Parts: sequence; structure tokens; C-alpha cells
Amino acid sequence: MAEHKYLMFLGCAIPYRVTAYEISARKILKRLGVEIVEMPEFNCCGLPLDPVSHETMLILAARNLAMAEQKGLDIVALCPGCAGTLKKVSKMLKEDKHMREEINGHLKEAGLEFKGTVTAKHLLQVLIEDVGLEKIKETVVKPLTNVKVAEHNGCHILRPKEYIGIDDPEDPKMLKALIEATGATCLDYLDETECCGAPSVGVNDKIALQLARDKLNHIKTVDAQAMITICPFCHIMYDTNELRIEKMFNEVYGIPILHYPQLLGLAMGMSPEELAFNDLRVDCSKILGQVCEAGK
Amino acid sequence: MTETAEKRIKASEIDPKFKYEISKMHGGEKMMRCFQCGTCTSDCPVARFSDTYRPRQIIRMVQLGLRERVLNSDTLWLCAACFTCTDRCPQDVEVASVIRVLRNLAAEKGIVPQVFKEEASSILESGYAYRIPELRLKKRETLGLPPLPKGNPPSIGKTLHKIGFLKCVEKKGS
Repeated sequence: MAEHKYLMFLGCAIPYRVTAYEISARKILKRLGVEIVEMPEFNCCGLPLDPVSHETMLILAARNLAMAEQKGLDIVALCPGCAGTLKKVSKMLKEDKHMREEINGHLKEAGLEFKGTVTAKHLLQVLIEDVGLEKIKETVVKPLTNVKVAEHNGCHILRPKEYIGIDDPEDPKMLKALIEATGATCLDYLDETECCGAPSVGVNDKIALQLARDKLNHIKTVDAQAMITICPFCHIMYDTNELRIEKMFNEVYGIPILHYPQLLGLAMGMSPEELAFNDLRVDCSKILGQVCEAGK
Repeated sequence: MTETAEKRIKASEIDPKFKYEISKMHGGEKMMRCFQCGTCTSDCPVARFSDTYRPRQIIRMVQLGLRERVLNSDTLWLCAACFTCTDRCPQDVEVASVIRVLRNLAAEKGIVPQVFKEEASSILESGYAYRIPELRLKKRETLGLPPLPKGNPPSIGKTLHKIGFLKCVEKKGS
């Protein structure tokens, strides 16, 4: 039996348009001996509706947690928004008896009850806390030496600290450590922990794109060969919009946006095809060429 | 009316009870502690690119009791929920959560940007915030991915109907 076993929580954005993240994440988890169990009853984590109705968000999140409890398994979420929401709601309901009773009242009809017996973790947390950096390093057969990248954590893996609390929001170290485990160098740059702008898309696209542009500029300044993300929304924001931003502001970035599992997968010796690199919009041939050459 | 005249606060606009109402809501509890230092606004990534979105100003408007002005304000919907303000507030005000509380109240009045309405109706239909095309679902098979969880939209709909959620997304809004 696998040492670690989790229910997979995909959320909405990944099945909608970020397949490469799911494919690569499943591949590296398998290689690391993490067993994934599918959960056909999961629904949206609730976060997208928090601005409209906090109660709805609580109910949707609690439903998912209560269903996981029935299975008796912890959750691994690939999206920091989902992981953060499930974590936050779990903490709130455990600490606030009145709120728990109210939400459980709503879940009763569906035959569900939140008891607080399972934990929800983001992929990053599973990799660092459960698998461990040492084990990850052992699986690296093709160290990515000479590859210099920049990390982008995204907001919901870091903040609000009171509820998430897995890394330092002012100086995050987890993703950096995971990148360095592949042999690559993780570069520092200005405003590393800043928002990608994705939540503003649809409300004010101009502000959203300006935020994304700011970060691309900072990353370009330090000559990073790629940006590494762990969030489907951040990935969409940069990968899908980079060409649009280049045109809009008459600038050239040419920075490929990779999902962390794709980077680790390369170091594990997997091929770009296996890791769904063809799903990415920004051209990756330069960095892939360098990685493949290093392995020869 | 000139711009300055529009900005002028009239005594009749002030609702002294508004701040207490917000303070009683989950996430709004510590709102009264704000002493207007401006850390939230100076650290806000959205404020950097917006001429109108100022979290400090929103909190002050609540403290002053400008209920209608704040709930009808477009800027309320600009917050990206990055929670930088919440983490850095020296007075421990959950700024982003206060804004969420205000958005919820605006939504009750039917003021909800279209993008949230679409997400809401998609969740009620499919359990997902976005309508995932049939083609994508089929493609999962060819890619060797397990079928997507189906959720239980009727059960979700039933619960959300009870709490009156459907009303706030069906009402006409901006």
C-alpha cells in the first residue's frame, strides 16, 4: 500500500482549461508513490461565490469536506484557491460551534455532516510535508543544472496567513526549495509575492493585465528562463495573456510559464510530451532544448 | 451637479447603525479598529493601477455610515482578494473580508457583476463554476485522465434555494 493516499480535488479551472497541470501533477505524484483516489461527488470548492454569498461558499466547501470525511481520506488540491478555501472553512467550522451547527443544518438533508476529521492540503504541501525534499531529490535523474527560473507562488497558497499558515507570506520558501530540488536555480526578483491579477479578469481586464505585465517585467529583469507556477489561475493569467500583453504594450518577454510538476517531471526524466508541454501557449523550445542537451 | 458636489457627504446619507451591522457579520468584526493608517491602500496591487479603488476609503465610508454610497460603488468589485491588506493591517482588520461582507450586502440588493452571475448559474447547473465543454470531457478519456467528478447539482440547488441564494443572482444588476 502506498504510504500516502489522497482524494484528488481538481476544482473548476483545471478541468476547464489547465489540463497540462493535472496531467503532470498526476505523473509526478505516481512516481513519488502517492496514491490518488478519485471522488466523483466533489463539486466546486465554493470560493468563486464568496463575493456573492459567504454562506454559499461555506456550504459548498463544507459539503466537499463532509464527503471526504465519509471516505475517511485527506484531500490534495492542485489549485491554491480550492486548498485555501477548504483549509479556511475547515478551521472556521472547527473553531466556531455556532457556525458549524448552522452549516450542518444545511447539509443534513443531503445526508452529510462536517465533523472536522480530514485535512485538505495543496500539492505543494503534500510534496514538502509528506513526500519530503529528500525523496524528491532521489527521484531526480536529470538535474536541471544551468536552468534559471523564477517562482510565482500566487496569493492563496500564502494568504491570509491566519488560515493558510503553511509558508511565510513575506518570504515564501516552499516552492523555492522544490524548484531547487530539481537542480535548477530559483532567482529572486521584485514583488515576488504579488498577485497575478486573475481575479480582476471580467471585472476590470485592464487592471488585471497591468498586474500581470508588472510581474513579467520584473522576471525579465533578472533574466529568468521560465516562470514556475502552482496555481491554474496564475498560469492562465500569464501563459494565455503573455502574447496579448506583449502586443498591448509593445514589449517582448518570451518567458515560458511552466507548471511546477512539469519542471520536476523533466528532472525525473519524463519527456515534454508526457508532461503535456504542447498544451502551453508561450514557446518553450529554448528551455526544453537546454534541458534535453544537459541530459545527453 | 459638479464632481465636488457629488462627492460632498450629506447628513441625510449617514446611517450610524451601518458600522455596527458590519461589525456583527463574519469577517467584519474588527472593522472599527481601523485608524486610517493606509497600509492597506499602499500595499494594494489593484490600487496601484486604479484611480478609484482605495480599501482605506471603503473602510472609512463604512465607519461613517455611508451605506448606499459604498454598496452602490463599482470599486467594491475591484478587490482581487489577494489578502495582502488583511495580512499587513497593523490593527488586525480583515480588510479583504470587510470588502467581501459589503459585496454580499450589495449582492442582496441585486448588485452583482455579470461574471459572478454566470459562475453561480454554472455551479447550479453542473457543480462547476465554468461550463466545461463536452469536448474537454471527451478529451480527458483520450489523454488517459479519469472522468471528471459529476458532483450533485440538484442537491446543491436544493440547499442554496433554501438560503435564498438564487434570489440574489437572479435579480437584475450591473
